[in-house]
Amino acid sequence: MTSPPPSSAAAGPTVALFVTCLADLFRPTAAFAALRLLERAGCTVTVPPRQTCCGQPAFTNGDRDLARDQAWFMVEALEAELVDYVVAPSGSCASHIRHHYPALLEHDPDMVKRARHLSKKTYELTSFLVDILGWTDVEARLDATVTYHDTCSGLRELGIHDQPRALLAKVAGLDVKELSAPEECCGFGGSFTLKYPEISGRMVTDKAENIEATGADMILGGDMGCLLNIAGMLKRRGSAVQVRHVAEVLAGMTDGPAIGEPSENR
Amino acid sequence: MHVSSRQFKDNARKAVTDDNLRQSLATMKTGFRARRGEAVAALPEFEALREAGRAMKNHTLENLDHYLERFEAKVIESGGHVHWAPDAEAARRAVLGICRAHGAKLVTKGKSMVTEEIELNAFLEKNDIESVETDLGEYIIQLRQEQPSHIIAPAIHVRKSEVADLFREHHAGLPADRPLDEPRALLDEARAVLRERFLSADVGITGANMLVAETGSTVIVTNEGNGDLTQLLPRVHVVVTSIDKVVPTLEDAATVLRLLARSATGQPMATYTTLATGPRREGDPDGPAHFHVVLVDNGRSALLDSPYREVLRCIRCAACINHCPIYGAVGGHAYGSVYPGPIGSVLTPALSSLEDAGSLPNASTLCGRCEAVCPMKIPLPRMLRQWREEEVHRSLTPESARRIMTAWSFAARHPGVYRLGTSLAGRALRFLGGRRGSLRRVPLAGEWTRVRDLPAPEPGEPFMARYKRKKKP
Repeated sequence: MTSPPPSSAAAGPTVALFVTCLADLFRPTAAFAALRLLERAGCTVTVPPRQTCCGQPAFTNGDRDLARDQAWFMVEALEAELVDYVVAPSGSCASHIRHHYPALLEHDPDMVKRARHLSKKTYELTSFLVDILGWTDVEARLDATVTYHDTCSGLRELGIHDQPRALLAKVAGLDVKELSAPEECCGFGGSFTLKYPEISGRMVTDKAENIEATGADMILGGDMGCLLNIAGMLKRRGSAVQVRHVAEVLAGMTDGPAIGEPSENR
Repeated sequence: MHVSSRQFKDNARKAVTDDNLRQSLATMKTGFRARRGEAVAALPEFEALREAGRAMKNHTLENLDHYLERFEAKVIESGGHVHWAPDAEAARRAVLGICRAHGAKLVTKGKSMVTEEIELNAFLEKNDIESVETDLGEYIIQLRQEQPSHIIAPAIHVRKSEVADLFREHHAGLPADRPLDEPRALLDEARAVLRERFLSADVGITGANMLVAETGSTVIVTNEGNGDLTQLLPRVHVVVTSIDKVVPTLEDAATVLRLLARSATGQPMATYTTLATGPRREGDPDGPAHFHVVLVDNGRSALLDSPYREVLRCIRCAACINHCPIYGAVGGHAYGSVYPGPIGSVLTPALSSLEDAGSLPNASTLCGRCEAVCPMKIPLPRMLRQWREEEVHRSLTPESARRIMTAWSFAARHPGVYRLGTSLAGRALRFLGGRRGSLRRVPLAGEWTRVRDLPAPEPGEPFMARYKRKKKP
């Protein structure tokens, strides 16, 4: 299972891609885009094969025992590859590992050490590219007007705001329009959507209205949960605005259907 | 404390489609949020102040008994009285006792959330003492016989035209055709009506934003000046407040003041900041002859040794409420508690019970904005999650939800099972999404699709399966 780090001296850092459960199931393109960006940035990327989900559903629901089991499992799964960094195309999953794994595993002296180690080397994709690698050398083109949704965990727990914008600024042909009420939550919040559908619906309706008001062709973001929520509402409203993970635009992978679009549009 | 949070879900469902409420909440969002943002941006040391406030309150809570006793000693030294009220009933009895001792028939009140918490008005009325709220917002909701819907703007849910109708109904003896379209006219009328009450009240009851241990002073912060008239004009001044309001020194009070108004309304300082230290002394031009402080615990000391301890740092500025997307969607009444918003969702289960108020900590996306704007850096999202953990621990969550979570957890720790599951789920969802590419209805998660579509997974296998195949030589 364990592969040694690459020996090539010229190579950049080694990175394990944490795909995240939602990208794995709903949006493989976002994960392939993340892979391509990391490789373009000079990283040697592996995909730890036993990874599943970070465990946030249990954690935010208050099921600490299950969240602890999942953290234990994922520390072992992500550690399987000896890498310099773990990178996820998600602010909330990266934040969960960074901020909560050590506390979840504090009862076990060995695991807590390993969780701390993992927590320190885990990053969200755009912040890893910009803050850690200092890389903004995006070679992509997209003739479109887009807007960007700052997802709550990314923005407030990881300080992700300027990084995706710095990367998008390098995409040729792209016009980025800012949303009004940019710090407002879209109403996702995991099982919150199921517990309080009306409130969630109100919030994502407001978000959809703000998105439409920008006149953008496309809304981008860095967290699949929020994007599924927003895409689902735009679709329900019959809106023409496309929804994509920001990595797809940065990696030039926008040929396929957008989130929630039928494949016939290809 | 009367709590009807069990109806939260029904209340919320109604609130999100209430157009009047939506307009009121929209005004609140643009107003309070923008003004706080500007005030904070204009003060370079705001972050340092937050840290200082947090540290000061932590120190105070660690020595709460000491500072409360010091406060009491100082109040007595300056000629006042302190009444310790372990619960709401004791607090109400203490206030009634003071009123009776002075033969009071009419009480004026400054704005006080603690008196809302202990439901003082209803209790006084039952005991034949008329109690008149003098803060304009509180006065409005008192006439409407409602609870406040916001801790610093209690009548924020009421439209201007509704206030005009209310005044016409209640202010008898004024010309029926008087113009009440302008806010100024409403204000002038309320002022004229209340002025009578200020002058004839036997007892004035206020809350306190802070209690200063070193001087035995109580501090109130208002924008209408009604608090000053309430505590200066009647012969008796009763301060009803909670034990968590104490700060060690005047210097510490200044730290809180610098944070409070900026976080609340975006003002550098509220219009009136008034200290009261004991009754009128020889040579004082004005002030009450008698000064009482009722110190209410009502569940707070039990929080000291709990995961919710930090909530006692709260200075009731309402920044978390003003920035909360849930409050912004449903307004304050939906919460069924006098304390709405994030602070209310943490405090209400503690002051009532998790059985009664468990819906509140669940009504959050944990977006974190409340903590980001809290001047006292209270980790509200952590505490909301903590209540959820307590619910699971005490088996208060639905059995079905726990079973689903356990099944998910098993799969998520067995990659073989998990991959099979995601592959099947992907196929099923894509099938159901059909040519639309998204689902209008989804089995087992109908709540999701009640308000929005569920995007179907993109064509092809999940990422992990595709990647594995690609890697094979």
